[in-house]
Amino acid sequence: MIQVYLPIAELSVDATVIVGLGALVGFTSGLFGVGGGFLLTPLLIFLGISPSVAVGSGTNQIIASSVSGVVAHFRRGNVDMRMGFVLLVGGILGSGLGVLLFNLLKSLGQIDLTIRLAYVVFLSSVGGLMLVESLGSLIRKVPASSAPRGPENFAWAARLPWLMRFPKSGLYISAVLPLGMGMVVGILVAIMGVGGGFIMVPAMIYLLGMPTQVVIGTSLFQIIFVTIATTFMQATLNHNVDAVLTLLLIAGGIIGAQWGARAGAKIGGRNLRILLALLVLAVCSGLISELVTTPKDPYSVVIER
Amino acid sequence: MARIGALIVWIALLFLGGDGATAARPVVADLSNHLVAITTGFSGTHVLVFGATDDRKGDIVMVVRGPRETHVVREKVRLAGIWVNREAAIFPAIPAFYAVAATGPLNTVVPSEIRKRHGIGIESLPLAATDSAHKSLREDDARKFRAALIDLKQQAGLYPEALGVVTTLENRLFRAELDLPATVPVGSYTVEVYFVQDGAVVGAEITPLFVSKTGFSADVYDFAMYNAAKYALATILFAVFAGWAVALVFRR
Repeated sequence: MIQVYLPIAELSVDATVIVGLGALVGFTSGLFGVGGGFLLTPLLIFLGISPSVAVGSGTNQIIASSVSGVVAHFRRGNVDMRMGFVLLVGGILGSGLGVLLFNLLKSLGQIDLTIRLAYVVFLSSVGGLMLVESLGSLIRKVPASSAPRGPENFAWAARLPWLMRFPKSGLYISAVLPLGMGMVVGILVAIMGVGGGFIMVPAMIYLLGMPTQVVIGTSLFQIIFVTIATTFMQATLNHNVDAVLTLLLIAGGIIGAQWGARAGAKIGGRNLRILLALLVLAVCSGLISELVTTPKDPYSVVIER
Repeated sequence: MARIGALIVWIALLFLGGDGATAARPVVADLSNHLVAITTGFSGTHVLVFGATDDRKGDIVMVVRGPRETHVVREKVRLAGIWVNREAAIFPAIPAFYAVAATGPLNTVVPSEIRKRHGIGIESLPLAATDSAHKSLREDDARKFRAALIDLKQQAGLYPEALGVVTTLENRLFRAELDLPATVPVGSYTVEVYFVQDGAVVGAEITPLFVSKTGFSADVYDFAMYNAAKYALATILFAVFAGWAVALVFRR
């Protein structure tokens, strides 16, 4: 028990619990190869940290985990800088919109509800899809496929203006598509405090038709810049980035990620995905129960400055 | 101990220094401490309010008002199965802390028109609310939100429900303990002391009290609120370097 006062969350917490939480999320991200932001924010909310501060501080923590992740991909040359740049321009525009929306919802008193609802929608659909897919492959005894289906070029996408060549990915497509994708994910970064990799990666494979080996590195590359821009806007407009909380989370994440990567090598890929799906659904049902149970007091008071 | 010491010194000065000051003013009052510092381990504190009156018989009423802040009260309703904030009431510039102490029950010591005029007692405190469009509320809504606000503030210990006790000595000296909870709002407070005789205020004294955060947490908070751009850059740089250092150390 080491009690630490979080200056922005205005709450006293046990530092070992927060470091442990960072380690748990780092462990799952090392194990499953996902960012873990979508688990971190709801878990912080369960600890009693306000959804707003959980989102702002979570975004700050994602900068650190994506920087450490991208280094290895750079060494192997698995980053499409040109595509990453187009995605991050869209992403920063989107997160700017998202932070303004966040501010508006905060003044209307609806931000906590919006964050919770966004999580319920995303966690239930992602968790449900993963569970159905991995259980299905378990029953059929077919090895879970990880190979991409290859580029799927849509007729409408080919007619879009601003054609651009992306040599690294071997693509000649309209810049409007990655810009739009970046923007949609950018809004989610601001509202949910996630990196957005769990949406960006499948979209890059199936929507843009990028080769799998450059997808993760490019996604991490754009996440770094979008989360930096989002952290800056959140801290200046919404004042919801708690540096002490972030510090503890980063410390835990460092330990957890190393440990998770090693454990991941021992458990099979399909079992891993069933585990992750169950974890996502468990967090989701926790959020749902908070939304539907009758509050102790229907009234709440906040001081506005 | 320091507090009692201060009281003794003060009383000594009062008697030795002559009657000049008290003869001119029917009531004088002071605090054991004008500055309350909230550190990381702060768990609430007491401030002693003490003073003297001239030798006329009367009652002492003390009113403590915290910094004036805009409070927004929201009501949750069930909408399609989930609990959603619906109606809101905005209370502009109302005290974030409010406590009253007196030598006797308020309604026997002070007539209601004086309580109304000076805002003595929670019932007499003007707590006017508007809706989110800054229009005044319907009367039943206003009553509902006012009751909810007082209830929430009382639960937080910021509008203490019980009337504080003012004890007197020989009709000249008085003292009262002001309890400040761990969650006491920061800002400038006023401590008002009224000397009431036969239902009329014959003397009053207002003393300031400051509550402020000190230490590391307070510094971080101030940095984040008043130097937001620099704070943002510092947190970003820290995260980038931490991530980069990790990648170098755990090179796979």
